[in-house]
Amino acid sequence: MIKHLLSAADLDLDSATLVLDTATEMAAMASREVKKLPTLRGRTVVNLFYEDSTRTRVSFETAAKRLSADVINFSAKGSSVEKGESLKDTALTLQAMGIDGVVVRHPASGAPTTLSQWVDGSIINAGDGTHEHPTQALLDAYTMRSRLGQLKGLRVTIVGDVLHSRVARSNMLLLTTLGAEVTMVSPPTLVPVGARDWPAKVSYDLDAALPDSDVVMMLRVQRERMTEAYFPSTREYARRYGLDVRRMKLLPEHAIIMHPGPMIRGMEIAPEVADSPRSTIVEQVANGVSVRMACLYLLLGGRSL
Amino acid sequence: MPEMSDVKEILSASDITRIVDRVAHQILEKTSGAADTVLLGIPTRGTPLARRLAERIHAFEGIAVPHGTLDITLYRDDLRLHSARPVGPTDLPPGGIDGQRVILVDDVLFSGRTVRAALDALSDLGRPRQVQLAVLVDRGHRQLPIRADYVGKNIPTSLSESVRVSLAEIDGTDAVLLTGNI
Repeated sequence: MIKHLLSAADLDLDSATLVLDTATEMAAMASREVKKLPTLRGRTVVNLFYEDSTRTRVSFETAAKRLSADVINFSAKGSSVEKGESLKDTALTLQAMGIDGVVVRHPASGAPTTLSQWVDGSIINAGDGTHEHPTQALLDAYTMRSRLGQLKGLRVTIVGDVLHSRVARSNMLLLTTLGAEVTMVSPPTLVPVGARDWPAKVSYDLDAALPDSDVVMMLRVQRERMTEAYFPSTREYARRYGLDVRRMKLLPEHAIIMHPGPMIRGMEIAPEVADSPRSTIVEQVANGVSVRMACLYLLLGGRSL
Repeated sequence: MPEMSDVKEILSASDITRIVDRVAHQILEKTSGAADTVLLGIPTRGTPLARRLAERIHAFEGIAVPHGTLDITLYRDDLRLHSARPVGPTDLPPGGIDGQRVILVDDVLFSGRTVRAALDALSDLGRPRQVQLAVLVDRGHRQLPIRADYVGKNIPTSLSESVRVSLAEIDGTDAVLLTGNI
């Protein structure tokens, strides 16, 4: 197993499958009365969050605590970062404290990779800018596998703000490794330059993609990352790229609907769709803890090589 | 790999069959008919041994003893000494282990650390009334105060030797080999 998890591309087919298999065993533990394993006792994990994300932070914190690790939550707000401390000095401080693992969320793409050069412990990328979010991709793959049986040959359509989405990028890399076919559907203004070289098809027409999809994954429209207008209005976006009841009926019978959350109901996804039995949105949250337990165990549980 | 001359067969396939039969009888005797008893195999080779013991008990007395698997990877105390090991499934019988007599089954008893980990794992899964231990081979060199209730064969070994158990379910053949400086 690798030492850091910085990108979904760090995982080859064998190691990605190992993470998913390990997560299956971790999930079995969630139904037990004692939801605690002694595996990472005496190890310290820092949640280093330069961006707010309660969902991801709590998921990692729950995962680490279920493995008996000590968890320190470090939020940039109100910390020495606001006083002007650089990432490097924060890293050196963590290093001096003997931290075993750092879960980092940062608005700058590539920050976790840079951090991994300064810290001895394992770094897990919990989202960096518009770059990657590998554990989200793993939990999505885990959810697809547990609902649909296997990933090889699965047709996955990822819909929405592909340009700003680290979830889309990590999912595309991981799903391709695992043998799935990925189609990105997005307004032309939200397709990144260079998407032509991706191992995925790119389309602007959601209606045409749906009948051939086993999975449709809706993305969040990331207003906070948008510096200019990428589409005329919320209403137009919803009409062309929102998943409503009519569009849901275009999907094959077995297809599932995913969203990494937090979702904007009525714009990206109709409430009736989000609450339908085909939607895996709540399942994804539960699976997130199992997958993050698997990552923490595989990265920190053994001797680092 | 050691040279062929360094490998000695300690138990043959028929020896193992006889031992499993004997231990099955001992379990029936010591537990007065194996009521409220659950057999839990410790992976990898404890699992088929537990299944075989359950089958033999059923063949002798017609009693169906529930059996399952107890993976102890996440409870090991040597995790930091190796790269992360793959975690296997833990598979308890539907009735669980609360109030039951749990018999842990493993192929080789050596340092005792695996059994210690198994005891920790059990206490997270429920509260057995009693825990016993059955092993195919006891090779000595205990590092913890642990002993087995049922021993297939005691094999005094030196620390430079290793005991290799093959079982048909996993390795295609039944045998126990001693390798190293014999």
